[in-house]
Amino acid sequence: MQLTNRAKKLEKKPMTLAERAYLPAIFQGLSITMRHFFMKKATVRYPEEVRPFSNTFRGLHVLKRDEQGRERCTACGLCAVACPAEAITMVAGERKKGEEGLYREEKYAISYEINMLRCIFCGLCEEACPKAAVYLQPDKMAPPRYERDEFIYGKDRLVEPVSPDERSVRGIQLTADQATTLRGKLQQA
Amino acid sequence: MIELPALGWQSIVIFVVFALSLLIATYCTYAERVIAAFLQDRVGPDRAGPYGLAQPLADAVKMFTKEEFFPGGANKALFVFGPCLAMITALMSSAVIPFGNIMNFGNNLFFLQGIEVNIGMLWVFGVVSLGVYGVMIGGWASNNKFSLLGAIRAASQNISYELAMGMALIAVLMISGTLSLRDITLQQSVAGEWHVWNIVKQPLGFIIFLVCAFAETNRTPFDLPECETELVGGYHTEYSSMKLGLYLFSEYVNIFVVSAVMSVLYFGGFNFPFQYELRDWFVSNQGWELASAQNLITILGTVGLFLKIFAFIFFFMWIRWTLPRFRYDQLMRLGWTILIPLAVFNIVLTGGLILAGVI
Repeated sequence: MQLTNRAKKLEKKPMTLAERAYLPAIFQGLSITMRHFFMKKATVRYPEEVRPFSNTFRGLHVLKRDEQGRERCTACGLCAVACPAEAITMVAGERKKGEEGLYREEKYAISYEINMLRCIFCGLCEEACPKAAVYLQPDKMAPPRYERDEFIYGKDRLVEPVSPDERSVRGIQLTADQATTLRGKLQQA
Repeated sequence: MIELPALGWQSIVIFVVFALSLLIATYCTYAERVIAAFLQDRVGPDRAGPYGLAQPLADAVKMFTKEEFFPGGANKALFVFGPCLAMITALMSSAVIPFGNIMNFGNNLFFLQGIEVNIGMLWVFGVVSLGVYGVMIGGWASNNKFSLLGAIRAASQNISYELAMGMALIAVLMISGTLSLRDITLQQSVAGEWHVWNIVKQPLGFIIFLVCAFAETNRTPFDLPECETELVGGYHTEYSSMKLGLYLFSEYVNIFVVSAVMSVLYFGGFNFPFQYELRDWFVSNQGWELASAQNLITILGTVGLFLKIFAFIFFFMWIRWTLPRFRYDQLMRLGWTILIPLAVFNIVLTGGLILAGVI
């Protein structure tokens, strides 16, 4: 019974002397490996060399501020609902008088946590956000850590620094006073 | 006649050779990994030190700090003795290899060789044959059927291939008429005469010797004694820590020695083309003394010999990452029905050529 018309009939021919001597085949193999010896290597030496990210890469989250440096997030919880991995938790709070420079809406997130071990970086939180607050950076990955709890990113590590120049101080929670002084300095400059 | 050099000088040479074989074996582990990587389009270890050059040190630290494990029911004394024997025999065989010609310091002549004996080749063969006892004892003392199978394989493989290797060697001895490695080397280049390396006179013998050398050092494609797909780890299945390290290390020392032997027997040892012309050029054009010119040639010859050795070591690794392992019956068939008859044929051919006065 023939199943396809592409079947090839193989004949078992007796080997020629060159084939039986085995040495020509060895030299053929050696030449192939030697060619690979001089080929370009596929390895990327990671920490020193970084492969370019694609334009649509979704990396580490950031909680954006608006043009005046106020936190955009209103803790509506849509991102947490949208999240298929249930990585986002938050506690909402009411903005007090005098905090208008810190939070844009009357409601804001007292705490906002993303568990980077649960997160699948699908970007649905970014799509769900009505205030354009959550944003997955196209150039940053969640770095490796030694402890599990270090993967739970709080507001200290998520909220965008007051100015792009202050990106280096990320990871430090600014108090309201510090934020105001920083903002004042920036305005002077 | 040249007086035999003082015992002090000999012990210095032996110590240097000992240190060098260990150093080369150490960096063979690094070279193996880098060459394997390059042949597979990777870059290999490059984290430890510049270009990963400290990798062997890291490996050694790892080996020394691993747990020493003795399998239940193992013969403890023999279990320890096995890797020791493998290492000792591997290191002993390099003593007779002439690593260079004669150095001349104020009318004192020094051989760049551990021991100059007139049975150098027999010494190498004898000691290398002892090496299989290390594998055999280690495999047997492990009280493990995989180890035992690996050890039996190693023993039968070494015995089978030693025959063909010895017969390939006999053809060389028929040409040279001596067992001394120094004399064999010197015969491959005599001042004022046109002499060629033995590879030209013994191409078939060299191929036989090379194939057998792979089998003797348990290298791919003949690494059946430690064939991990069938025997877990072969004779060193139960070994851990530095005892395993010694087995792996002795393999690299053996490669170094067998590369040196092949360079000496077939590739002119410390001779290099136009060495006498170069020496005479230094004497006549540069006004050097004959002794210092000779010393320079000796040093260059030693460097040349090591280049040949490194080329062979590279070839060993190149083959390893090119060819798959043989099946055991194929190994035995190759040894007994192809290499041994070929070696006998080579002896007859060499005898005929000598009678005809060609070589």
